[in-house]
Amino acid sequence: MARIVAGVAASHIPAVGAAWDNGKAGEPYWRPVFEGFERSKEWIAKVKPDVCIVVYNDHASAFSLEIIPTFAIGCAAEFPIADEGWGPRPVPPVKGHPELATHIVQSIVLDEFDITVVNKMEVDHGLTVPLTLMFGQPKEWPCPVIPISVNVVVYPVPTGHRCYMLGRAIRKAVESFDKDLRVVIFGTGGMSHQLQGPRAGLINREFDTRFLDNLTRDPQALAKISHFEYLRETGSEGIEMVMWLIMRGALDDEVREVRRFYHVPASNTALGHIILENTRR
Amino acid sequence: MSLPKEYDDLPGTVVFDFDRARQGYHLNMFCMSLMKPENRAAFKANERAYLDRWPMTEAQKQSILKRDWNGMLALGGNIYFTSKIAATDGLSFQQIAAIMTGSSQEEYAQMMLKGGRPVQGNRSKSEWKSRG
Repeated sequence: MARIVAGVAASHIPAVGAAWDNGKAGEPYWRPVFEGFERSKEWIAKVKPDVCIVVYNDHASAFSLEIIPTFAIGCAAEFPIADEGWGPRPVPPVKGHPELATHIVQSIVLDEFDITVVNKMEVDHGLTVPLTLMFGQPKEWPCPVIPISVNVVVYPVPTGHRCYMLGRAIRKAVESFDKDLRVVIFGTGGMSHQLQGPRAGLINREFDTRFLDNLTRDPQALAKISHFEYLRETGSEGIEMVMWLIMRGALDDEVREVRRFYHVPASNTALGHIILENTRR
Repeated sequence: MSLPKEYDDLPGTVVFDFDRARQGYHLNMFCMSLMKPENRAAFKANERAYLDRWPMTEAQKQSILKRDWNGMLALGGNIYFTSKIAATDGLSFQQIAAIMTGSSQEEYAQMMLKGGRPVQGNRSKSEWKSRG
């Protein structure tokens, strides 16, 4: 039986990827960011997941305005790296896990999550920056990755509650897969940030801290946060945090926080990171 | 009957909803084309001629030619799309963010280093109005 053993959340700021790719990780501005992930890299090297499910959002790379799936899952064997306007990031292509991905599709559709299946897709910084933060720069990523893309670009995005319930359905799907696989699920994006308009630069440390606390203490309360509260309190792009709730929903009710990191600023954004382990492992 | 949009009260913020996505469809699809190097080169060589390939409004085209980043958003642009124009110009996300806030690069970077723009006083248009 496959099992989800832990959840990882991390912001996916493009400037973090650019800093890494351009050899600026040691500069005073960026050093604290990458140091913040050192212990997390050690953690994931020990956990050695067989598969990572990465919940992220596409930033007008694979999906333009032609097709806007609220939830989509990558079932391909390989996902090339997107050129987002300055050339593709110099990172390895992402290998998929078509067998598990297809299994998840069939299970969650029957659980009433009508997800879009994508068999050809490029992946952008939303997916690759968290991989860089957790795995550094290997020649190949250490395990297959199943991308789950969420529309958080065109409003309304799915509700936090819907995301949490999707996480539950994903967990049920993984647990009914008949191969022994250790799975880690990533929720990416966030935390508070606004990238656009005269209000750009908004950061809300209090909200973010409470959100991080409640991932272990009271995730049900997080699932009730309204869209308007995200927009008003965390900036127009802070609403990406609903993706963390898919990760959280896929874990046990009881989890142990094993790592937390919060840093302001990373470009325009409050960078947040947490690792939660299922207590029954 | 339309859905209530309480987010229209947020100051200095354009929430990119499906109505705005419809309005800005061609503007954003133009931005999307800049993901290809040959299109970036064609745009740089003659911006006006390249923009004329898209059935955008004249106001949308002018906002792009003038690099009026807030204007693009008001006309249906979305920041993840318009940032592809910025990338073509060699500007970072933080650089266009500073321009949209009306502050200098240095002021904006300093604000971020000091913890960012606080949420207090930035929740409602009425708070910006009373500030003058």
